[in-house]
Amino acid sequence: MSSLIALPALGVALHSLTAAEAADLAAPDLQAYKPEFFSGDEWKFVLAAVDRLIPAGGRGPGGLETNVPIFIDQQMHGDFGHDIYLEGPFDIHAPKELGYQIPYKPQDIYKKGIEATNAWCRAQNAGKNFWDLDAAGQDAVLTALQKNQADLAAHGETTMKASQFFGEMLSDSKNGYLSDPIYGGNKGMKAWIAIGFPGARASFHEWVTQHNVKYPLGPVSLKGLRA
Amino acid sequence: MAKITNDEVDVVVVGLGWAGSLMSIELAQAGLKVRALERGGDRTNAETAYPKPADQYAYAVRNKIMVTPRDGALTVRHTAADTALPTRKWGAFVPGTGVGGSGLHWTGVLIRPTPTDIKLKTYADQAYKKGQLEAGMQIQDFPFTWDEIEPYLDFFDKVCGLSGNTGNLRGEIQPGGDPFEGPRSSPFPLPALKDTLNNKMFAEVATKLGYHPFPNPSANVSQAWTNPYGCQIAPCNYCGYCSKYPCLNYSKASPQTTVLDALKRMPNFSYRVNANVLKVELHPDGKTARGVTYADADNNEVFQPARIVVLAGFQFVNVRLMLLSGIGKQYDPRTGEGTIGRNYAFLSNGGATLFFKDKNFNPFATAGATGQMFNDISPGNFDGPGLGFIGGAKIHSSQATGTPIGTSLPKGTPGWGQGWKDGMQDWYGHSMKVSITTSCMSYRDHYVDLDPTYKDPWGQPLLRITFDWKQNELKLQQHLRKIVGDITRELGPDSYSEDFLSLDSHWDITKYVSTHNVGGAVMGDSPKTSALNKYLQSWDVHNVFVPGGNAFPQNFQANPTAMIGAISIMSARAIKDHYLKNPGPLVQA
Repeated sequence: MSSLIALPALGVALHSLTAAEAADLAAPDLQAYKPEFFSGDEWKFVLAAVDRLIPAGGRGPGGLETNVPIFIDQQMHGDFGHDIYLEGPFDIHAPKELGYQIPYKPQDIYKKGIEATNAWCRAQNAGKNFWDLDAAGQDAVLTALQKNQADLAAHGETTMKASQFFGEMLSDSKNGYLSDPIYGGNKGMKAWIAIGFPGARASFHEWVTQHNVKYPLGPVSLKGLRA
Repeated sequence: MAKITNDEVDVVVVGLGWAGSLMSIELAQAGLKVRALERGGDRTNAETAYPKPADQYAYAVRNKIMVTPRDGALTVRHTAADTALPTRKWGAFVPGTGVGGSGLHWTGVLIRPTPTDIKLKTYADQAYKKGQLEAGMQIQDFPFTWDEIEPYLDFFDKVCGLSGNTGNLRGEIQPGGDPFEGPRSSPFPLPALKDTLNNKMFAEVATKLGYHPFPNPSANVSQAWTNPYGCQIAPCNYCGYCSKYPCLNYSKASPQTTVLDALKRMPNFSYRVNANVLKVELHPDGKTARGVTYADADNNEVFQPARIVVLAGFQFVNVRLMLLSGIGKQYDPRTGEGTIGRNYAFLSNGGATLFFKDKNFNPFATAGATGQMFNDISPGNFDGPGLGFIGGAKIHSSQATGTPIGTSLPKGTPGWGQGWKDGMQDWYGHSMKVSITTSCMSYRDHYVDLDPTYKDPWGQPLLRITFDWKQNELKLQQHLRKIVGDITRELGPDSYSEDFLSLDSHWDITKYVSTHNVGGAVMGDSPKTSALNKYLQSWDVHNVFVPGGNAFPQNFQANPTAMIGAISIMSARAIKDHYLKNPGPLVQA
């Protein structure tokens, strides 16, 4: 996996911070981040979609707060999907039990999915792009994708079902939210803190037999940061 | 592509997982010059030191130590009337690759089949009325007795440092173990792993309902262990990263931790990585092999001359190489003739997920094999004949990992948005599972052959699987559903969800089950119905031996590794003790 994001080295200036603050700071800033895979409009789409799939507010951090779009961009920029068997012929109408049968890499799924969805969205919403809709409007589009009610075929995407594009975005978003920060998401390990997962601590000899006692320590990352 | 010929060896071993490592060390100990060829890369202990494997995304999502579908895809269809399509992404199963093979990423549950499981055909003939079982069922006995195989099971337990409770010591039933296990010649080498909360809850309820639970027999060792090859394994620290991961603590028995450290020190052993074997080369008369041809990392075609060829790859790889090399005859489901490809079987799982608001399971504090199981619902231990099906399951509550991607959430929890976020915080660490792992019979129309359309990156046809669920296995699932339901209700969760096959289910290759694929080149008493004799020797080409899950005539409810280890060691010892003195068929057809 080549798309590990380069994290800034932690210097002496961070000594006054808590471990959690240091872990947060070590991650790149989403606003300043220049996507390596997505174009300008695609990036707007991804930011808006992630913000609805894992929204801010309420309990727990949101997808933007945890840099999930950076994770997706890094994955698409890297070797994601190079492992798929993509020799033809393809039967895109195969029974669902036979799984993935389209001639697309994940990169194609995003490029084609975003373009067709946005075109469908404009047709439904008086020319408004997906990212220009309000939260309820964006949720409606995502729901239509999920339920295959968005007619992407009418906008040029005849190979892939809308639900497949949605499913790819959703699983990548969750992966970015819950993976080690080394891949660019889960900024500051905030998603792990929220659910109580201790990350790469990976030694619990004394804890196996402490039944029904909540584990008290916060997570550590693969780079040894603590939060 | 340059053509290269290597120096001749006594034995070439294809694949360096459990079977290949065990065969290699046993044959090298006999003084033979042994060379192993592994299609994947090397995997050293230094690469898997803490904290590198503690990475769910790399190992469990992106399958870091598995063969890629690009290199290892198969094609799948439900019936011979369908067109098979490739496994473009892994789903139902995920084969490993690289040194250590699937033995590096396995969970570490090391349990034996029962004596009834290995003589299932004999049991079926005695317990079921003629015609009672499903038409086309093609179950067979393993070609050895319990007493013949037990010493090798025992030796492999010691190689791995098996941890758990003894159930049957030389015929005496022991408290705390599995009363249904076959007689052991010696007790478990090490005590059981510690129990997590779910284990304890499950075991209490199972006992109350009249079942006989015992700790999952584990190759994640509970205490320090030095095995018969002199390799040392460190006590498990319950790190939570076993299944799909290499062990970061040197605690899970793998070829690396139990065999290779000793094997690599032997001057008469060598191995090559990124060596993808394309074919076994036969002498002109077709009766013996003269070596193998492989593609190296630079895509050179390399001939490796050898006196003995051991095909020790994953089940699919072994069967496919036999077909590509013309060893034996392709099985034909219409005529029932031919044996290569015959009796492919997979298996099913299922179960219930139970949610408890007020319980902290700390699911990350665990070993792959932590859990409790019972074997009351396996062949001969319950009224299978009365219920109209054969087979069974181990029923267990295991806590194999606590990594957060893919956390189970209660029914009705939204899949995204604020509801999903809330669900993750409310329920992560508050659920446990009650699960089944089932047997799977073999059938006349379930088999593997070479696909006519799809090819691998080396231009060779993919292996094609023809398989679907049969009523026998679906009825078994429905029976197990009732038992799991009883246990679930007795445990009294706040809510639960169920996942079982229904009577009209088709095999779904998108959902992970396990990588316990078996059959295709099975061992047996007759060359008419088996590809290999009891020593895993090809009936057709006597200097080719094929250890692996391919040799199982059908799938039992126990995990396959114990039996794969045992039959590999039995085969290696037969080569050492008999074949070398008198090369030729070890069993007369």
